[in-house]
Amino acid sequence: MSRNKLIFLVVLVLVACALPFLVSNYRVFQFTLVLVYAIALLGLNLLTGYNGQISLGHGAFYAIGAYTAAILMDKFGFPYWATLPIAGAVCLVVGFLFGLPALRLEGIYLALATFALGVSMPQLLKYHHLEKWTGGVQGIVITKPDAPFGLPLNPDQWLYFFTLVVMLLMFLFAWNLLRGRIGRALIAIRDHHVAAEAMGVNTSIYKSLTFGVSALYTGIAGALGAIAVQFVAPDSFNIFLSIVFLVGIVIGGLASIPGAIYGAIFIQFIPNIADELSKAAPWAIFGIFMIGFVYAMPFGINGAIRMLLARFGRKAQTGGPGSTITESSLKTKEASQ
Amino acid sequence: MQGDTKNGKCLLAVNDVSVHFGGIVALDGISFDVHSGQIVGLIGPNGAGKTTLFNCLSRLYPCDTGKIDFNGSPLLSIPRHGIAQAGIGRTFQNLALFRTMSVLDNVMLGCHSRTSSGFFANAVRLPRVPLEEIASTAKAGELIAFLELGGVAQARVSDLPFGTQKRVELARALASEPKLLLLDEPASGLNHEEVSALGALIRHIRDELHVTVLLVEHHMSLVMSVSDKVVALNFGRKIAEGTPAEVQKHPEVIQAYLGDAQ
Repeated sequence: MSRNKLIFLVVLVLVACALPFLVSNYRVFQFTLVLVYAIALLGLNLLTGYNGQISLGHGAFYAIGAYTAAILMDKFGFPYWATLPIAGAVCLVVGFLFGLPALRLEGIYLALATFALGVSMPQLLKYHHLEKWTGGVQGIVITKPDAPFGLPLNPDQWLYFFTLVVMLLMFLFAWNLLRGRIGRALIAIRDHHVAAEAMGVNTSIYKSLTFGVSALYTGIAGALGAIAVQFVAPDSFNIFLSIVFLVGIVIGGLASIPGAIYGAIFIQFIPNIADELSKAAPWAIFGIFMIGFVYAMPFGINGAIRMLLARFGRKAQTGGPGSTITESSLKTKEASQ
Repeated sequence: MQGDTKNGKCLLAVNDVSVHFGGIVALDGISFDVHSGQIVGLIGPNGAGKTTLFNCLSRLYPCDTGKIDFNGSPLLSIPRHGIAQAGIGRTFQNLALFRTMSVLDNVMLGCHSRTSSGFFANAVRLPRVPLEEIASTAKAGELIAFLELGGVAQARVSDLPFGTQKRVELARALASEPKLLLLDEPASGLNHEEVSALGALIRHIRDELHVTVLLVEHHMSLVMSVSDKVVALNFGRKIAEGTPAEVQKHPEVIQAYLGDAQ
């Protein structure tokens, strides 16, 4: 990582740390959800952006993570922080097992199989034999944790910082995973799976494991989301959530790590803005935003930012206008990131 | 066979291999040996079964009957993704590069079978991961220099000319440190100068890197000039085997290429 990038990152983290002291508690809660979605989107991007497996059912893993956390806290008295690794592990196993049969499916057919998972999840959560755990249609109410060690933070601020630390760790792990041997193998499978296998990549294990790791990320996000919202119910995790996740990674930028954050900001705030613009047809406004973004930024927000930075960088170097960056050189940077 | 005399032990033994696709016989009882240190050319008209044979050696196609021994152990019990580690590298007839990746990353992926760190080790960056990366980068760097790709190491492969992409594929195959290198029509699409450089390069790979080469090629002057031994196929059968001079004079080879001389 270059020095400039590191400085930029430190500044960004400082801004993120100052944020909860500058805005209302409700906004702090919204920003906590942005961090939560960023983790979920990063997980989906590992699978879809980097490894080329389309999932229309990641809302299901988010739900499994959320319910795992809620049940552990409500029925077993687990502390909130201890539910995260368990939610992650449960989703890792479920994701890996789902990934095994999904190996036989490619592209749009895999999308359909994952759609089936996403669409059936709310009903599975309402299943009456599971009711004593899941609370059926009523769901489960959980209490928001207070700041520990007498820290001078209200519960919203504390949860924001807790989520921020988890998010930074998850992003660090993903960055590590993607910048070396495993990241190359994941992209190689996406680009040419026969050649990847001929070069010694065990494509079936890698694809299933990627499914598992992707589910782990989304599951941990689900657990954090449940703690932040203080409530889980089957219909919060309908198929729409899965599709919004896919929208998030495309708008943010496929196969990019910062894209997950941009996408999370989009899926958290654009529906609110749309709602303010038109109470009658907020989703029509949301649709217009979506089309506008895709049209103006074909490589996602991350791609657009990179293109701008490259243009400024060139101008600073040569002092002359008119330098451009080609689409393909941009993609190389994205893929090699 | 005369071609076997100058070289070492038998590296690859193909024994009575047959492959059927439905009712079509793609390979019909093919047998031949490749010895360590040889360059062996595999020739034949289109549809003779050359690429099918390569795909059997890479385990992309299953063999219906027959036996293949590589380096003294049965090849057909090795899974597809274990072939590179066993010591067989290959290039593809139509390029099979990772198109969004840089030249360096493509070649570094070639090191995959010689490295072992897994998902967890990478995610938490255990100390051996950076060491492994340094070694892979160094190895890839050597091969990039060897194949004169230094100027484009950071370029995205799909932006490069065809001939350059073919060299990237070769570098990627060599990165797995193969004992046997399978080259599927390395000269196709290259211009005259590139083809003559390719001949020298193949010999260089054998002599300097000590890699045995099995080569499918239509470019006759290239095959005949670099090969120690040539195996000729037609309609899935072996019709001739021997030194380039012997095979060139073989009546069935002449017939296969030129048709019946009435």
